[in-house]
Amino acid sequence: MDKVTVHTGTALPVRRSDVDTDQIIPAVFLKRITKTGFEDGLFRAWRDNDPNFPLEKPEFAGASILIAGRQFGTGSSREHAVWALRDWGMRAVIAPSFGDIFRGNALKEGLVPVTLPADAVETLWSIVEANPATKVTVDVTTREVRVGAQSWPFPLDDFARTRLLEGLDDIALTLRADGVIADFEASRASYLPAVR
Amino acid sequence: MVGEGTVNARTLSEKVWDAHVVRPGTEPGEPDLLYVDLHLVHEVTSPQAFDGLRVAGRRVRRPDLTIATEDHNTPTDSLTTIAEPVSRTQIEALRHNCAEFGIKAHPLGDAEQGIVHVLGPQIGLTQPGMTIVCGDSHTATHGAFGSLAFGIGTSEVEHVLATQTLPQARPRTMAVTVDGELGPGVTAKDLVLSLISQVGTGAGIGHVVEYRGPAIEALSMEGRMTIANMSIEWGAKAGMIAPDDTTFSYVDGRQYAPTGKDWEAALDYWRSLPTDADATYDAEVHLDAPSLRPFVTWGTNPGQGVSLDGVVPDPSSFGDVGSRTAAERALAYMALEPGTRMYDVPVDVVFLGSCTNGRLEDLRAAANVLRGRRVAKSVRMLVVPGSAAVRLQAEAEGLHKVFEDAGAEWRFAGCSMCLGMNPDTLDPGQRAASTSNRNFEGRQGRGGRTHLVSPPVAAATAVAGHFAAPADLN
Repeated sequence: MDKVTVHTGTALPVRRSDVDTDQIIPAVFLKRITKTGFEDGLFRAWRDNDPNFPLEKPEFAGASILIAGRQFGTGSSREHAVWALRDWGMRAVIAPSFGDIFRGNALKEGLVPVTLPADAVETLWSIVEANPATKVTVDVTTREVRVGAQSWPFPLDDFARTRLLEGLDDIALTLRADGVIADFEASRASYLPAVR
Repeated sequence: MVGEGTVNARTLSEKVWDAHVVRPGTEPGEPDLLYVDLHLVHEVTSPQAFDGLRVAGRRVRRPDLTIATEDHNTPTDSLTTIAEPVSRTQIEALRHNCAEFGIKAHPLGDAEQGIVHVLGPQIGLTQPGMTIVCGDSHTATHGAFGSLAFGIGTSEVEHVLATQTLPQARPRTMAVTVDGELGPGVTAKDLVLSLISQVGTGAGIGHVVEYRGPAIEALSMEGRMTIANMSIEWGAKAGMIAPDDTTFSYVDGRQYAPTGKDWEAALDYWRSLPTDADATYDAEVHLDAPSLRPFVTWGTNPGQGVSLDGVVPDPSSFGDVGSRTAAERALAYMALEPGTRMYDVPVDVVFLGSCTNGRLEDLRAAANVLRGRRVAKSVRMLVVPGSAAVRLQAEAEGLHKVFEDAGAEWRFAGCSMCLGMNPDTLDPGQRAASTSNRNFEGRQGRGGRTHLVSPPVAAATAVAGHFAAPADLN
C-alpha cells in the first residue's frame, strides 16, 4: 500500500444514504481475477440509468473525494468496491457512517474512510454543489477535513492512522509475530476440526 | 441483564474472542491478533489473495483449516458446464489455486459442493466457540452455532491464508432478546426482517450481536442460521446464538464432529460459552415474538419492510429526511404506489434458495405449501437447494416431485438468483418474491425488483400470483 498523508482534490457529492456495495460495483463486474481495471463497473447501474447521477458530469471530472450519506458501503464484503473507487481515482470517502467491512477494506487499500457528522456532510455537499471546483483536503496527519477556512476533525484510531501514514503491509507486520502464532497453535484443543 | 456486572462476567462473544487472542493489542487503538479456526474460501473473493501470496512468495499457513467451494458463479442447470467464459475463468482460477496451495475444494459436481455457508455446518466443520471467516458478508450464518463468524475483504483473505490470524479491534456487544413464542406461520425469516425494519439497517454497525430469549431458543438450527445470516443486513459485524442441546445434537455425528473423548472435551468447552448471568452488553434491543407476523420488504434495503397484511408506506410518513428520501427513491425503483396492499402486488418470479433459506427445512416448509397445488401460470418459480447434499436429501424425501408437480423448476445447488452473477437473473422490471437476503437495486439482475420473504410466503405467493401467506390460500 502506498503511503497516505494529506490529499487535496475536488469532490463528488452523492446525496444518497445506504449506498450498498452492490450499487458501488454490481456483481457482474466481480468476475475478474486481477486487482485493477474495476473503474468500468463503478456505480454502473446509476451511471447508465440515472441522468441525475453526478459521477460522469463534466463539472465533477477528476473528483477524488466522494461525499455520501449515512451507511456508505453496506452489504456485500466485496473489496472490489474499494478497488473500483480507487481505480476511478477516488482517494477518500466522506460519510456520516460506513459499513464495517467496507471501512476495513478501504483502510487496507489506502482509500481513507472519513466519518463526519451528518450536518458537516450536508455543509460539504452544499459547498461542492455550489462550486464543484472547490478544493477539499483530507489530512490524515491532523485527522481533519479542510475547505478554505473551515475544518472538521474526523475520528481515526492511532493504529489505522500509522498504517496509512507509513503504508505498512499488514501481513509482513503479523508475520513478525510468527513465534507467538506457533505457540498459540501448539496450545489449540485436539477436538477442533481440521480438514481432511 | 444490563447492570453493574462482576469483573469476570463475560458475554458469549467475549468468551469466544478471549479464547482466540494470539497477541493482545497494547497501544491505544491497536487491534488484538485473533486466531482463525476455519477459513472458508469461494471463487469470487479469493483470486487476488492467492495472487498476492504468489507475488510475495508466501505459502498458505494452514491448508488444513481452509476449505473451498464453488457457489457464486456456478450455473444451476448443469453439473459440468460453465458456459460463461469469464465465470469459467474465475472458477478455474480457484481450482488452480487450491491445487497449488494444497487446499481441499468441492467443485461443481462434487457431492459436497454448495453455498459456502451451507457447506460448513453440513459437514460439521462449523462448531460452537470457533472463529470462522470467509470473504463473504453472510459468514455470520455460522454464528448460529455460537461461533464468532464474520465476513472479510480480499486483503484479509490473503492475510488469513498467510498467517491464519487477523488483527481485529474488539467490537462492542449487543443483545437482541426475543421474548415469547412466534405465532403459527411466523418464521425465523419474519423475525429477522421485522427486527431490521424496527432498528434500521445501520443499528448493528460496530457490534457483535447475540440473539437470545425464548423465541430464539425454540428455533431449529436452520432457523437460527437464517437469523444469524442476516446480521450483516443491519450492519452487525457478527450475530451469535448460545450453543445448547439443539446445537449439540445438530453437530453430533457429522463428518468433522469430534468423537469419543474429544466430543466430551468439546462439550465441556461449548457448555462454558453461554453469557454469564451478570454479564452486560453495550446495547440491548427487545422484540416481542407474539406480535410478529409474516413479513415482506417493499423497498431496496432490508429495513424497508412491512407485515404481509400491510400496505406500501407513504414516504411522507417517515420523520427524518434521510429515510423519506430513501423511501421515495425505493418506491420509484420498485414501481410501487403508497397505500397499495402488499396482497395486491403481483410477482413474476419466485426464488426459493440462498444461504439464508436454502436448507432442507426451508425446502420442506415450501413443499408443504405447494403439495397438491399449482404455481400460478404467470409465475416462474425456481427452487435451488443450498448444496448438492441438500438436493439429495430433498430428493430422498420426494420434495423434488412436489416442486415439479406444482410447476416449479428443481435446480442444482448454488447461490443462483440471490445475486446476479450466474445465469439465474431477473430481467429488467421483473418483480420477485425471494427467500434471499438482499433487496438492493439490481441485486438479482439489473432492473429487477426484489421482495424478501420467508419460504412459506414464497410458496404461497407462487400459487396466488401475488403476495400471500399459506393461510390465505384456503
